[in-house]
Amino acid sequence: MTETTDAPKDILANIAQCVQTGKADANMNIPMGSKGQPGVAEWVDQAIAKDVPPQTILAEGLMAGLQVIGKKFAANEVFIPEVLIAARAMHAGMNKLKPLFAEQDMPSRGTFVMGTVQGDLHDIGKNLVCMLLEGAGWRIIDVGVDCAPEKLVAAIKEHPDCAVGLSALLTTTMVAMGKAVSAIRESFPDKTVIVGGAPVTEEFAKEIGASGYAPDPSAAIDLLDRLQPAA
Amino acid sequence: MAVRHYTNLTIDRSEDLIFGRAPHPVTCGHDLTIGAGTVYPEINFTLPPMEVTESTMPAVLDQYQKIIDGVCQRAVDLQVPGLVVEFELLPPMTIEPAWGESIVALLRRALDGYHDKHGLKIALRATPTDVRDGERPVRRRSGRYWEAMRDSFRRCVSAGADMLSIESTGGKEASDDALLQCDLQTMLVALGVLGARDMAFLWDEIGEACKGTQCLSAGDTACGFANTAMVLADRKMIPKVFAAVVRTLSTVRTLVAHEHGAVGPTKDCAYEGPYIKAITGVPISLEGKSAACAHLSSIGNIAAATADLWSNESVQNVRLLGGDAPVVSLEQLAYDCRLMNIAAADGADAARMLRDWLVRSDAALDPQAYVLTPDNVIRVARAIVEADGAFARSRETIAVTLDILREGATDGPLHLNDREKHWLDMLQMQLEMIPTDEEAAIKAACLGTKPDLVPGAYEIDDDKL
Ligand code: B12
Repeated sequence: MTETTDAPKDILANIAQCVQTGKADANMNIPMGSKGQPGVAEWVDQAIAKDVPPQTILAEGLMAGLQVIGKKFAANEVFIPEVLIAARAMHAGMNKLKPLFAEQDMPSRGTFVMGTVQGDLHDIGKNLVCMLLEGAGWRIIDVGVDCAPEKLVAAIKEHPDCAVGLSALLTTTMVAMGKAVSAIRESFPDKTVIVGGAPVTEEFAKEIGASGYAPDPSAAIDLLDRLQPAA
Repeated sequence: MAVRHYTNLTIDRSEDLIFGRAPHPVTCGHDLTIGAGTVYPEINFTLPPMEVTESTMPAVLDQYQKIIDGVCQRAVDLQVPGLVVEFELLPPMTIEPAWGESIVALLRRALDGYHDKHGLKIALRATPTDVRDGERPVRRRSGRYWEAMRDSFRRCVSAGADMLSIESTGGKEASDDALLQCDLQTMLVALGVLGARDMAFLWDEIGEACKGTQCLSAGDTACGFANTAMVLADRKMIPKVFAAVVRTLSTVRTLVAHEHGAVGPTKDCAYEGPYIKAITGVPISLEGKSAACAHLSSIGNIAAATADLWSNESVQNVRLLGGDAPVVSLEQLAYDCRLMNIAAADGADAARMLRDWLVRSDAALDPQAYVLTPDNVIRVARAIVEADGAFARSRETIAVTLDILREGATDGPLHLNDREKHWLDMLQMQLEMIPTDEEAAIKAACLGTKPDLVPGAYEIDDDKL
């Protein structure tokens, strides 16, 4: 396989465009009046038929589309529901690609283990971070809310190369965040552990020995690129 | 328990919907009558970053003692006409009901002391946490978390609370995703079916805990739904028009508390309070500009227009230049209330002038404020009482709210940008696709795909999903 392909660039551009508008397939009437026109699924089929490498379809079509949406979201140009339908459209394309990656796993930027700390049930922020990191190519292992340190450590043992994210929304569970970081450090002293959530600050992150803090998902993507550069 | 059905408005003219006055005032605590003409501050506070465990409980109690002494002393110094203190339990204090109880008892002793020594009119509201989703799927009506909550209600009452409230979360298993997806149909089912059914169950229990005691069964809030929407909208994550619709929609489920015996004052973060006041006549607590310590909002003034208690929502006990944050916060509330009370003392016209300024300063700038103008409150409240049953009421509420917003944006003063206008159209289209039949709407909401939802907890048979 060579670096460049002879695939028509416009198929990839169409895939990216359909991801952005959330048009998963021809059946879908989003944007209004587009029913019957090809969506992500159909364009991905065409790309496969033209022998575009699945890696390229994933990176330059699907993920490229979601990244545009992620940036627009960071700039307050689109709302979450628009990000969500874009993510769903991306998944429609990924489902087409999955069989082609049968031998190895789907290629990914790395594995990210994410949870809300013990005693805390807030998960809207956590879920958003997961979704947009997935769009940036990370494989997400979401360990849920109210995560005891042992649960986090167990998940890391299963995915030893992962980076870790912790979320806390209550001043009273910030303490649990500190404990979670300590527990992780005991078994994995050099693990990349990033933290976030409304009451959490850069300073607090340093104090509890986390590797870094990010205020929102797009900052988290950049932070991870710095802390754990792509291989 | 006898269920009360509201088929008429208690306040049916917008002129009569005003701060400090509710048709059905309540008296509690030490000589405090709420809704009879005076607006009182309601102060709320929370811990600085610290753990709540068996071993930290002495330090926790110490924090609350310092807070309450500071707050009461400031109230005396500022000669407030009366004061409500709210203690919102944190999850561990509800899960271990004895911990919450010991804090209620501490606050009670302090309040009694300030009443005895200074004649301060004062009352204590306790708000246990809805901890039922600590276990998932969420059983709601059984299990150790529910048992802990019931125990907590009773212990708060016996330790001396004058009012019992809760921020209940029935229906949240379906609403969290629906909020992020701006999915009106599922939101309607989450609030108007699941939420309403859970409220009936829960408020019968709270009524039982208060029966024959000094403690009022006070009121609930759709905080976990409508304030979540408000925060998401303020962060530009979902459209404001959607948050405005979720707000009015949440009235129907919060009203169920009053159908099941709650007499007010409603909980401070319930911005659905004005609709509840128009329908039931109970006094309401609200928060706005002086709750900026807790969260941003675009309804800081208009919220005060109809308030009977005026709250700061919550503030962490940290040190500021002016003193500890709860004390500073009380001072702000005290001055807000002074202004409202002096306007009221000058007569109905003066009071209405201040009310109208509070309303007009916010109403045009945000759809969440616009739905709270007294005229719009009466219009929404009327649509609710004219429909029958929580499901039909919810559907009507959405319809009338969308009308209000569209009219406000086309012929009225409401500013909506193009993205918001686009979403107003999207919501209208969504509404038209929602079945008018409750069972069909439940089916259409795909509740079977919600991993944390136990249908039986909401009296729904599995085959109806
Ligand atoms: C929604 C909400 C709830 C919902 C949660 C629904 C859910 N499924 O998550 C419900 C109603 C269940 C709830 C319950 C409670 N809540 Co609450 N809740 C909120 C609210 C209004 C918004 C939180 C939210 O979702 N924001 C939107 C998301 C998108 O933002 P975010 O979480 O900050 O996440 C963003 C960033 O922080 C970042 N991020 C988040 N996590 C991470 C992680 C990493 C690694 C990175 C890099 C970034 C990152 O990215 C996200 C996207 O930009 C806040 C108010 C506030 N100002 O935050 C109160 C708030 C957090 N809650 C509060 C309280 C007190 C409670 C309760 C105790 C209330 C009670 N008495 O019952 C319970 C506690 C339950 C528990 N055990 O956790 C208080 C906390 C006060 C304190 N002492 O700390 C707050 C601040 C409200 C207040 N002003 O008083 N709550």
